Amino acid sequence: MYIYDQYDQQIVEDRVKQFRDQTRRYFAGELSEDEYLPLRLQNGLYVQRHAPMLRIAVPYGLLSSKQLRMLAHITRTYDKGYAHITTRTNVQLNWPALENVPDILEELASVQMHAIQTSGNCIRNTTTDQFAGVARDERVDPRPWCEIIRQWSTFHPEFARLPRKFKIAVNGCALDRAAIEVHDIGLEALHNNAGELGFRVLVGGGLGRTPIVGSCINAFLPWQHLLSYLEAILRVYNRFGRRDNKYKARIKILVKALTPTVFAERVAEEWVHLKDGPITLTEEEVQRVAKHFNDPAYLDLSDASAQLNALDAEHPGFARWRSRNVVAHKKPGYAAVTLSLKKTGIAPGDVTDTQLDTIADLADQYSFSEARNTHEQNIVLADVEQNKLFELWGLLREHGFATPNIGLLSDIICCPGGDFCALANAKSIPVAEAIQERFADLDYLFDIGDLDLNISGCMNACGHHHVGHIGILGVDKKGEEFYQVSLGGSSGRQASLGKILGPSFAQDVMPDVISKLIDVYIEHRTAEEQFIDTFQRIGINAFKERVYASNH
Amino acid sequence: MPAIIKNNQVVDDQWTLLEADAQLEQALQTAQAIIPLPLWQQHKEQLQGLQPLGVWLESDQVIEDLVDDLAHFAVIALNFPVFTDGRHFSSARLLRERYAYRGEIRAIGDVARDQLFFMQRCGFDAYVIRADRCPVDALQSLTELSVSYQAAYDQNLPLYRRRSV
Repeated sequence: MYIYDQYDQQIVEDRVKQFRDQTRRYFAGELSEDEYLPLRLQNGLYVQRHAPMLRIAVPYGLLSSKQLRMLAHITRTYDKGYAHITTRTNVQLNWPALENVPDILEELASVQMHAIQTSGNCIRNTTTDQFAGVARDERVDPRPWCEIIRQWSTFHPEFARLPRKFKIAVNGCALDRAAIEVHDIGLEALHNNAGELGFRVLVGGGLGRTPIVGSCINAFLPWQHLLSYLEAILRVYNRFGRRDNKYKARIKILVKALTPTVFAERVAEEWVHLKDGPITLTEEEVQRVAKHFNDPAYLDLSDASAQLNALDAEHPGFARWRSRNVVAHKKPGYAAVTLSLKKTGIAPGDVTDTQLDTIADLADQYSFSEARNTHEQNIVLADVEQNKLFELWGLLREHGFATPNIGLLSDIICCPGGDFCALANAKSIPVAEAIQERFADLDYLFDIGDLDLNISGCMNACGHHHVGHIGILGVDKKGEEFYQVSLGGSSGRQASLGKILGPSFAQDVMPDVISKLIDVYIEHRTAEEQFIDTFQRIGINAFKERVYASNH
Repeated sequence: MPAIIKNNQVVDDQWTLLEADAQLEQALQTAQAIIPLPLWQQHKEQLQGLQPLGVWLESDQVIEDLVDDLAHFAVIALNFPVFTDGRHFSSARLLRERYAYRGEIRAIGDVARDQLFFMQRCGFDAYVIRADRCPVDALQSLTELSVSYQAAYDQNLPLYRRRSV
């Protein structure tokens, strides 16, 4: 992974000092609440329902074991012993004291971490595929490009006060696990017919109040021009994005208002002036960054399929875990393992300080001292030897990471919701838990198969409900919490947004509602169909009729 | 005379900012006036003899409306109705980097310490700090961050073209 040099280190250390002074001035009354707000927000510090919430940046999800141990230490020392993995692959603390935050940032800086631009109206953490660099279907490793974008966007002076938050995602695989179609900018790294590397550029996708799938404004942008082109997009947005209404301030609204074609022309006009200027990327810089992502010292192994199949036969639990939580690796004899943070009874994405320490140990022992946060709120060990999978499985079970549910209904993406978040209209964690309890039977869960169930506690859509095959949105009706259900969303290639099923439901009936939806799917499915396929074939009416039938 | 920050120092301001509704007469009678853009656009002929002259833009006014007239102005002031409105960060860069404006670019409006670092990188060189804040304190912010990744007006090469040096 990327290792800071003296320049990178200086930037985070300067930032700690700057924020320490801003916080001092706030406590001294020299900065008003309103003035301090955007400063602390750009350092990931929200004031929440109970306490400030600190969001720590994990650039494109990558963590070293040293960083994991620091997160464990911070969680233990400054918080209540647990942290939360977010859908932007960052780490959130729910209970730090404001006056401790400068110290927390100083500790983070000592392991090359920070909280820069994890919230506020600026360019946020760039995200990518959790299997970047190891996926079998990968065409281009997106990590060096994410790091190049991270550096370009960190304290970019022109884009420090954007109309609204801004999210970039990069994909380099045949499948899209990074959900680039629902980002402000989605970049797909690819090669053209001449074998040259470049990017397909999508713009104006996003969830929130007005979910939209992004539009392609450049089918092939040569890599040298990545930053000048991003700068052109951001400049058009910074100058002409709406600032009169925060719900209409995202770039998607500008792109829609102008039409993608006109927006693309505006970007092209701006880009003419920036192209081939000093921010043209150099081969040396790309190499300098890319060498940090060279393959680790893999052993020369072959796939251990026979042994693993034998173990499967003997240990159905292992077979089950392997079928869901282990994926193929580009290197023979290796596998990528997802640690499930979706055990029933634990808020989705939550992890304790001791678990963080354990993950650090496991990363040291099994995966070249690295781990990755996923936007589905799990953690991946990307480089595990296949012949150690059985041993690892045993350890994961001991520590509560072996729930074999990756990609299944109980692998719920869920925001912190009304239990923690000041913006939420409704709680989301108890709904997730009730649904997980309803579908606790593993045979049943496996029989249902691949299903993305996403829950957001409000319109801001941090739980990505629009792109869940089943999406749940918490709504407030005259002070009471209700839940609106949508079906048919998808965040992969040809992303789609869910359709609303109908009137919303009370919290206590939500497991019944989900059961009925699943019943309809099981009755109608063909042998090959996943939930989303059946939905796309039969449409929403059969589901609607079943769910609302008993209400009359 | 109010104090402003100019070229990294606190100095007395020699200029007078005219309000958005100022009339031609007022502009003609004020020495070193910074006039609103619409007044300039309406009375260019009468005003272009004034020397020195400044002009100011609201946050939704674009510098493209002024680019043919830059030579007339010793000061271009860019207004920040609220400090979270970053549109003129782009305006300043365009003035400097695209239109080669070498006069003063002044930040006016809701201008306080924690924006100055970004503003200076974009090409601002004068700041009228909010009346309730101390400009001497604000000076410190200009040097708070010692390394920047990006190319901008103050440093025309990105860090990756300087790193090995």
